[in-house]
Amino acid sequence: MMFPFIFEWMWDMSHIVFMGGLWYALTIIGLGMTYCIIKAIIDTSQGKGSHQH
Amino acid sequence: MDSALIPKGVERCSLGKFALFIAVVGAVLLWGVFAMLLCWLKGLNQTNMNDYYGFALWIWADLAVIALGGGAFFTGFLRYIIGKDELKNIINYAVLIGFICYSSALLILAIDIGQPLRGWFIFWHANVHSMLTEVAFCLSCYFVVLTIEYLPLIFENRQLDKVPFLHNLSHNMHEIMAVFAATGAFLSFFHQGSLGGVAGVLFGRPFAYREGIFIWPFTFFLFTWSAAACGPCFTILITKITEKVTKKKLVKDNVINLLAKISGWMLLTYIVAKTIDTWYWAAITAPSKGFWLMDFYSSNPLYGGGILFAEIVLCGFIPAFLLVIKDFRENPNTRMIAIILAVIGVSLNRWVMVLQVMAVPVMPFDTWALYFPSWQEIATTILPVAYGVILIALSYRYLPIFPQERELNPVTD
Repeated sequence: MMFPFIFEWMWDMSHIVFMGGLWYALTIIGLGMTYCIIKAIIDTSQGKGSHQH
Repeated sequence: MDSALIPKGVERCSLGKFALFIAVVGAVLLWGVFAMLLCWLKGLNQTNMNDYYGFALWIWADLAVIALGGGAFFTGFLRYIIGKDELKNIINYAVLIGFICYSSALLILAIDIGQPLRGWFIFWHANVHSMLTEVAFCLSCYFVVLTIEYLPLIFENRQLDKVPFLHNLSHNMHEIMAVFAATGAFLSFFHQGSLGGVAGVLFGRPFAYREGIFIWPFTFFLFTWSAAACGPCFTILITKITEKVTKKKLVKDNVINLLAKISGWMLLTYIVAKTIDTWYWAAITAPSKGFWLMDFYSSNPLYGGGILFAEIVLCGFIPAFLLVIKDFRENPNTRMIAIILAVIGVSLNRWVMVLQVMAVPVMPFDTWALYFPSWQEIATTILPVAYGVILIALSYRYLPIFPQERELNPVTD
């Protein structure tokens, strides 16, 4: 089985702890950056930050 | 010529002088790249490693830069989670040094695995019974965190900051930096700890092997604690070297002293725990396996008994006391001695835990494994140093790394 996102996946504690930790960290990093980028797009479209020119 | 890129209100050397400096360091970098390509194209026969001695200079360099780069996660933890506001004046530099250390560690690993094109196997075919898998996961993720922490600094370049999207992105990233810093501290805690844990479970290597609580939590915490104690010392050391090279004061003494004080207390508590660990291992664990303390040390200067004294007393207790006692900490000379000793101490610890562990004979027919790296190993170990110098030089010239620089070095005209 190739779920969740790993070849040779098995539903045992080791896989859940290791891969769970990895995806937990990646999710926080991903969500954080997504928030920053979307907010930056909205801010830019509202004209914020253009005083720098 | 490049004055439009240099931060406002600060002075930098001429572009010609800067280019000459980069060219000299770049030549060293190219030498390292050449050796790296030899290792990749011709294989690990370019090294002096063999089946008997599989951990070599690279792994020591890897563990040492990971420990020394610990200044980034611990300073970030103190600044964003604990709320030590003064550290905002050195956090940029700590992040840059951490970024260099961790990218260097990943580069060394990419050379060390011999087949870099298969580097992704550790994620896809993850061995979930190995602490090194956890180290690889955390190291990669933490490098992403460090990149995220370094990016806003790049976006603050005078020209990039004029781009509204990048200005807003940098502002937003600063706003939630505490989330990234906390994630970085979480990841660092685990990978530093697991690197120590690996040594503790090497039951075929009685020099490193530990039992019971001396595996968990001792081996884990000793590595994490030493990185948190000595990483900031490395940040201070590089800051002081940068001040010497640029002939400028870049960070106020109260910031340096605060970081040195915290490092001192961390180092003191670490070295007490390390002493307990060493005493229990020497007095109980090793004798129970049929070894006496001096069986682990040879008359060879690389692995002699003096290394134990150097690691625990000379580069452990002495710098800890120098940093904890206010008069010594606030004296620039004694503070510098303490910082250098602490940096040597943690590097020596990683040396012992990697090279001596492999060198000690474990079978009756074994002899001490004396190893000397090949020039390719030396060149690829110097490569990250040259890369680090270049990245620091570029960042110092074009990015506002030191928030106190303008105040401490007012430009007269």
